[in-house]
Amino acid sequence: MMALRRIDPVGLLVLPAVLYLGLVYGLPLLNLLARALVVDGVPSLAGFVKFFSDPFDWIVIGNTLRIAVLVTLLSLAIGFPTALALARARGAAQALILVAIILPLSVGVVVKAFAWQIVLRRDGVVSQALVALGLWDEPQRLLFTEAGLVIGAANVFVPFMILPIYSVVKLIDPRLGEAAATLGAAPAYRFFRVFLPLALPGIVSGIAFVFSMAVSMYVVPNLLIGDRFQTLATLTGRSFLLMRNEQLGSTTAVVLLVLAVSVVVASSALSRRFGGQS
Amino acid sequence: MTPVERLSGIVVWGLAIATVVFLLTPLAVTVAVSFGSSAVFTLPAPSWSLRWYEALGRSRELWGVVATSVQLAALSTALGLGFGTAAAIGLLHGRFPGRDAIVTFLVSPLMLPGLVVGIAMLEAYRAAGLRSVWVSLILAHVVITLPYVVRTVYAALSLFDFTLIDAARTLGLSYPRAIVKVLVPALAPAFVTSGMFAFLASMDNYPISIFFTDAWTRTLPIQMLQFVEESPDPTIAAISTLLILLAVVVLVVGDRMVGLRRMADL
Repeated sequence: MMALRRIDPVGLLVLPAVLYLGLVYGLPLLNLLARALVVDGVPSLAGFVKFFSDPFDWIVIGNTLRIAVLVTLLSLAIGFPTALALARARGAAQALILVAIILPLSVGVVVKAFAWQIVLRRDGVVSQALVALGLWDEPQRLLFTEAGLVIGAANVFVPFMILPIYSVVKLIDPRLGEAAATLGAAPAYRFFRVFLPLALPGIVSGIAFVFSMAVSMYVVPNLLIGDRFQTLATLTGRSFLLMRNEQLGSTTAVVLLVLAVSVVVASSALSRRFGGQS
Repeated sequence: MTPVERLSGIVVWGLAIATVVFLLTPLAVTVAVSFGSSAVFTLPAPSWSLRWYEALGRSRELWGVVATSVQLAALSTALGLGFGTAAAIGLLHGRFPGRDAIVTFLVSPLMLPGLVVGIAMLEAYRAAGLRSVWVSLILAHVVITLPYVVRTVYAALSLFDFTLIDAARTLGLSYPRAIVKVLVPALAPAFVTSGMFAFLASMDNYPISIFFTDAWTRTLPIQMLQFVEESPDPTIAAISTLLILLAVVVLVVGDRMVGLRRMADL
């Protein structure tokens, strides 16, 4: 009764959404966890023991993490300067960068992966350009290679790197840099000791976004690298949709879930620490 | 400006321009291929033609799939807006414990791997005896649309000064009229942009939907992925171009209503 009296009528507006998501999505997730921990009706870690004792599955985990790290690094390398430029840009330049970020965000991932299939072919734009520049002796395909996968995936995820960094950087007072300069700080010192610590929460959440999406992407590897290269997500999908091996699928799904959730939790702890400092 | 500053400025702008080109490349390539006459994806195309759009117009199968996706996205967006807006108002205006945990829970579908969410829902719905493809798809797609609404409307509402409502009431408006005259206009942009992004997210969803579709009821991304894997021809590019056009329309409408910069706050 006490608890009920503390909830006022307006607060009850939360209930439909919470009940809905709890029933339709929360309970199923708990059920999935429970099922992965039960083998033939008895609680057991056998599914995980089997998974982690198979060398092939370690290759899959390695593939997943390596690709996710590379995609995140590439996205950071091109996303960070773009976020800085966006924060400083005005007028048409600002509009152009914003359109370049938001428009691809609203176009489906299947469309973009399909386009990269065309770009990365042996006779595609990239191959032709590299030959024309004299960097390659003859046309080669990037499609169905790890490099192609990283390029295509970074293209899909880089807006999720730019936006959080931009939202933090645009709030940094430019006078802080000027003040540091007046006090005799060199440009490098100003960047690393004044600007970067303030931008860090945005960088951390951008990295977390991109990494957790890159770990669990499914459509992009399917189209850009194919069946011979498996990640946790593609193996999970295949287990259910093609191999009908639900025990394996539940296990890989839980491993993937734990990976993605720990990235999100770790990053929010990190950015809270950095946020507390500034 | 010192030479170092000038150099770093050039590097930043150079990389930003490269990123803009990189981001727009897949869209430009898709549009270019869709207007080419060749059945293989050669660029630049030997000559321009609308034959893939004609092929698209004749494809009954594809239009049925588009209709399914649009209906599904419209209904799940409407439900997501209802649940999500109510929740956002309740969260900010109600008094109860665990507010942060509830917000995290409500937006969590955006952060978890879609494939895992899809599998979990598939197993649970099957165990519960739910057989209808349509009902499963709707249930699942509201899980996709709801977080967008909660996140955006909650953020917009938390910036809203609720004393304005009291002010309007002191000036003689009834409570419902004060809500309609003061709160609704302030909230409309967040409502519209989150609705648009939720709609597009539902239209685009592959990893969750794949578990619920069957041979008779498919959504657009699933049909498209199957085309790309089995019989890729520029008809796919034509339908992709139409989807890009839809995104452009959304962008223009969003820019008119709230401005590009606020859309980027999503």
